[in-house]
Amino acid sequence: MNDSKPTPQTQSGSPIAPLYQPPGGAPPSIGKPGEYPFTRGIYPSMYLGKMWTMRQYAGFGTPEETNARFKYLLQGGQTGLSVALDLPTQLGYDSDAPEAAGEVGKVGVAIDSLADMETVFDGIPLDKVSTSFTINATAPILLAMYEAVATKQGVARERIAGTIQNDLLKEFGARGAWIFPIRPSLRLAVDAIEYSIDRLPRFNPISIASHFRDAGATPAEEAAYTLSDGVAYVKACLERGLDIDKFAPRLSFFFYTYVNFFEEVAKYRAARRLWARLMRDTFGAKNAEAWRLRIACVCGGHSLTQAEPLNNIARTTIETMAVACAGLQSVFTAAYDEAFAIPTELSARTALRVQQIVAYESDVAKTVDPLAGSYFVEALTNEMETKISTLMDDIENQGGMVRCLEEGIIQRRIAERAFEYQRDLDAGKVPVVGVNVFKSEEPTPMAIHKVDAASEQAKAAAVKKLRATRQQAATTQALDALEQAARGSNNLMAPIYDAVMAYATVGEISDRLRKVFGVYIPSTTF
Amino acid sequence: MADPRKIRVLVGKPGLDGHDRGAKVVASALRDAGMEVIYTGLRSTPEMIVATAIQESCDVIGLSVLSGAHETIASRTLELLRAQGADIPILMGGVIPPEDRTRLAALGIEAIFGQEATLQEIIDGVRQLAAKKEAVQ
Repeated sequence: MNDSKPTPQTQSGSPIAPLYQPPGGAPPSIGKPGEYPFTRGIYPSMYLGKMWTMRQYAGFGTPEETNARFKYLLQGGQTGLSVALDLPTQLGYDSDAPEAAGEVGKVGVAIDSLADMETVFDGIPLDKVSTSFTINATAPILLAMYEAVATKQGVARERIAGTIQNDLLKEFGARGAWIFPIRPSLRLAVDAIEYSIDRLPRFNPISIASHFRDAGATPAEEAAYTLSDGVAYVKACLERGLDIDKFAPRLSFFFYTYVNFFEEVAKYRAARRLWARLMRDTFGAKNAEAWRLRIACVCGGHSLTQAEPLNNIARTTIETMAVACAGLQSVFTAAYDEAFAIPTELSARTALRVQQIVAYESDVAKTVDPLAGSYFVEALTNEMETKISTLMDDIENQGGMVRCLEEGIIQRRIAERAFEYQRDLDAGKVPVVGVNVFKSEEPTPMAIHKVDAASEQAKAAAVKKLRATRQQAATTQALDALEQAARGSNNLMAPIYDAVMAYATVGEISDRLRKVFGVYIPSTTF
Repeated sequence: MADPRKIRVLVGKPGLDGHDRGAKVVASALRDAGMEVIYTGLRSTPEMIVATAIQESCDVIGLSVLSGAHETIASRTLELLRAQGADIPILMGGVIPPEDRTRLAALGIEAIFGQEATLQEIIDGVRQLAAKKEAVQ
């Protein structure tokens, strides 16, 4: 901490200490912040040292439109970028593919080739921002593009910072944005991790994500499934021959936070403790950084309602307060109109303001782990730890997460939970204001973001033009080399990087890999 | 009351979006309400949905779309149904902005259920559409 900073005070003039603990220190299961088992947080001074990263998910339409939105958000005080990509980009289709009809630029920006990535980051120096990409099946391609843009900007690749989600397992369990079958998907994920360890030292090559929650899982199940995915990646990296003390510190996590304030705080504290023990004791990691569970999160998701949308601002405020009390590293607050469409400038700015108000107007960031020692929170933390641990053991006993996903065990459990929840909601057992209690019939007047229908045609025309004007021989050669490599067992990042540099498109690269790996066949059970 | 033929419903998840929580919950609710439910799974194309609905003699088609592609998907599905001379009513659910509802209705979508629709409302909606279809034939 900077010595010249005034000591934080309450409004009544009492000093606020950076850390409170019982005389003689907390019991070992709670410990100290920054120390094993990290129940109280992964850094000693937490937000007093560095405020959490405020990272709003954004992106829509054409690369030009997204570039403008990014500049708007950065000027508004946002501290990291988070790129939303459209579904064709996520699933390996170009903007002019028949499968992409009606989906181009809708839920995120359409990226067809390196040229689009150059436009998205035009005028944004990549050594000054960190960028997160919610990208999975095509993560290796997008990672290669980002590195290529940095190189073209003259930024050394060692200096670029950010995250690719690159978590394929949860796509099979909950989010549904897969391309290839489970095993080759896992291979590609590990390829990106292996590639990044030395080459991109400031980049998180995976963000193991908890979309299970938004699909219906309870908070304990959410944590158990997500950490079990973590275990599956650890095992896959070990099988690849990677050093746990080098790759484990690079694993990052992403969770969902809803309005159940205390349970959320307990969930995060319990998850940190559990992961630390797993990494140190079960996997034998020696590097203390490998024991730390670094967590980003979204506040919103399924907790937000379409009814009386402005109520969602109150919900995300409570959720942001929870993650601030829980000591998370990076936060995305969803906009109040999330249940309608992607955000407008007003709703996006308001969502960022929610975080800024919690961070700078409330006192939550002035002392570390402010709820520690609460009888309720500590009891709940222990209870959550037991529940998560039992569920994880159950998964291990059934052959681990990959096996459970292949068998559809997790998918069925989540679908049952979602159905149970909906019946409870309909029966009024779960109160949701504006939905089943305190309803009003009056609609809220609201402006909704609308994607320009002309963007899709413009984007489709642009990718056709790119294919006609690039040096085709070089592109074909790079794609052939990639396909050849995919048939073997070498890391595919280098040939993907070469294909990207030759302006091969996301669709073309994915098609070559589909040819070798095949595609996943989804289940139709419910 | 005589035991009527079971209502047959196709629940489809067209487009590229993978959020099938709503589709599965609705499918389960319709099944528990005594209907025969065929779920076509993620990324079903309008072609596949229409072919299955005809082959399975479905009374109603329910489509879940959360990605904003609802208009494209609705137009295409209706076009294919008409080309086959099949008169199967379609209802939709998902993330659909209020202002798009009138356009979807004009295209020929019979009903739209928002995020806050109760399962009973959806079950009743399907029954009404099935009854209407029965009466026409």
